[in-house]
Amino acid sequence: MTAVPGMTTADALTATYRGVQARRIAVLGAALATLVLSFLVDVATGPAMLSLGKVAGSVFGLTEDRTVDAIVWNIRLPVAVMAVLVGACLGLSGVIMQTILNNPLASSYTLGVSAGAGFGAGLVILFGSAIPLPEAYAIPLNAFLFAALACAGVYSIGRTRGATPEMLVLAGIAMLFLFQAGLALLQFIASPEALQSIVFWLFGSLQKATWPKAVIIAAVLLAMVPVLMHDLWRLTALKLGDERATGLGIAVGPLRLRAFVVISVLTGVAVAFVGTIGFIGLVAPHVARIFLGEDQRALLPGAALFGALTLSLASVASKTLLPGAIFPIGIVTALIGVPFFIWLIARSRRAYW
Amino acid sequence: MRIEIDALSVRYRSHLALDTVSLSAHPGEVLGVIGPNGSGKSTLLKAIAGVAAASGSIRFDGMSKRPAVIGYMPQGIEAKAALSVLEVVLLGRLGRLGLRVSRTDLEAASTILDEIGIAALAGRDIGALSGGQRQLVFLAQALAASPSILILDEPLSALDIRHQLEISALVRRLTAERALTTLIVLHDLPCAARLADRIAILREGRLVAVGTVADVLTAANVRAAFDVEASIGQDETGLPVVQSLRLS
Ligand SMILES: Nc1ncnc2c1ncn2[C@@H]1O[C@H](COP(=O)(O)OP(=O)(O)O)[C@@H](O)[C@H]1O
Ligand SMILES: [Mg+2]
Repeated sequence: MTAVPGMTTADALTATYRGVQARRIAVLGAALATLVLSFLVDVATGPAMLSLGKVAGSVFGLTEDRTVDAIVWNIRLPVAVMAVLVGACLGLSGVIMQTILNNPLASSYTLGVSAGAGFGAGLVILFGSAIPLPEAYAIPLNAFLFAALACAGVYSIGRTRGATPEMLVLAGIAMLFLFQAGLALLQFIASPEALQSIVFWLFGSLQKATWPKAVIIAAVLLAMVPVLMHDLWRLTALKLGDERATGLGIAVGPLRLRAFVVISVLTGVAVAFVGTIGFIGLVAPHVARIFLGEDQRALLPGAALFGALTLSLASVASKTLLPGAIFPIGIVTALIGVPFFIWLIARSRRAYW
Repeated sequence: MRIEIDALSVRYRSHLALDTVSLSAHPGEVLGVIGPNGSGKSTLLKAIAGVAAASGSIRFDGMSKRPAVIGYMPQGIEAKAALSVLEVVLLGRLGRLGLRVSRTDLEAASTILDEIGIAALAGRDIGALSGGQRQLVFLAQALAASPSILILDEPLSALDIRHQLEISALVRRLTAERALTTLIVLHDLPCAARLADRIAILREGRLVAVGTVADVLTAANVRAAFDVEASIGQDETGLPVVQSLRLS
């Protein structure tokens, strides 16, 4: 900091700090604007090759064309909205996981939560549902329950040695292997048709998007906001280590438990409806951290926005890579995301993320 | 704030790290804690700061309730976080931070950064600093909320000699000016002799001696605690000066 005559350190520091905050808000704004753009492109593209005018007309209720209306309102809009919501859930749960486990490799995918959801979905696909519920909801419900079960497993195993980050990560990796083995077993005994359903579910797909599903995810996401707002500073302080955080007056155990519940709900609901889209929960947090730092006031919304943007762009790509066909979104996300991710972290100048 | 510790014990699984230690610390006074590696110095400080579970009693001005704000600086100086120095110092005021960081918080942070002489580092990433620089930042964090109790675990261990002198003087000045109750672990005996008003010596979790520097820093006590032969003289003000140390 250079000393300006007549300016106290407090003035200079305040100016610098406010400048950093303003830059973060600008980054968030730019991400939001890009997301809106990507959302619009997502609605405008698809195998039906509708003209832009027709799509816009339908969105704003200016057209009488029933087929266009049906395509736009029943397929394209729900898919585009779900892409945004699911991406936000995955980005958010991934960043919280990385924060409370103090581990840049943590995500719902690497710690077995997605595998748990996959196993839950596989059970219903193979054996049907115990409660009378249409398959469109029975599979997500069971996937959600098993995602929660995986989270509970990670936490209770980790707890035996004081729920330290290392223990929790180890427990998560154990869960990953356990549920992957379970899933492999299901695939081994499945009929060819059931096997195909399971594999398709594991690819992840937005094509089963509907408005009620979108509303459920949106409601869950909204419900988590006040919980997270309450802990923003505590989560930031947790990055300095448990001992320092405790010294600052934080009850570290309950904080981690609260965060775990939020993670399991967010991941569970996202993965339940669209299958395992592994990559976003790992990448979005890193991108957000590189641009925004680890003040959770900026990082949490940033990870949600970058997650939403990634999945929304992937949704566009899945429809445009092969004209007339739709690629499984999980595959597209990884194929495009991985090179981008490697390029980004390779040129990041942060000492730590 | 007066701190009275009575029969304090801390057990890590089977290992008794602190064994029925009783002592007290007073406002305006620096209490130095010395002892060999693993003697329980850090454990004692953790128990007082509320970071380690302990049996026995700790009273703060006669109350068993721990004050909301304690300036505690743990021994470790690693930091794996993408946070700036200013952000780390602001976190010291955790209980008071609102959704928007107020001018008061920024002023408090800048005052302490100035006092410690690291205002120039404010915008740097904490992870990109040297160990000694990080140690100064964590000291600033411990002071950021204007605590009345200051608990510092080896705050000078990574500092160069100039900074050791400066920070020693700062801790003494703040303790006197603000009537802080300061507990400080030091492993360097000459440093402890200069910085502390009173000294507690630990060995294997037990209190060997506690009292004024002149009373406690004796060849007999150093031998009892460290198994080291010390030759201790006096400076012009009558304070003990460690002249030489050798194995016994
Ligand atoms: N978390 C822990 N778990 C088990 N034992 C511990 C733990 N922390 C410290 N100890 C043991 O307690 C004793 C005192 O440690 P400590 O207070 O850190 O010593 P020091 O005086 O060097 O600061 C040592 O024998 C140490 O091995
Ligand atoms: Mg120690």
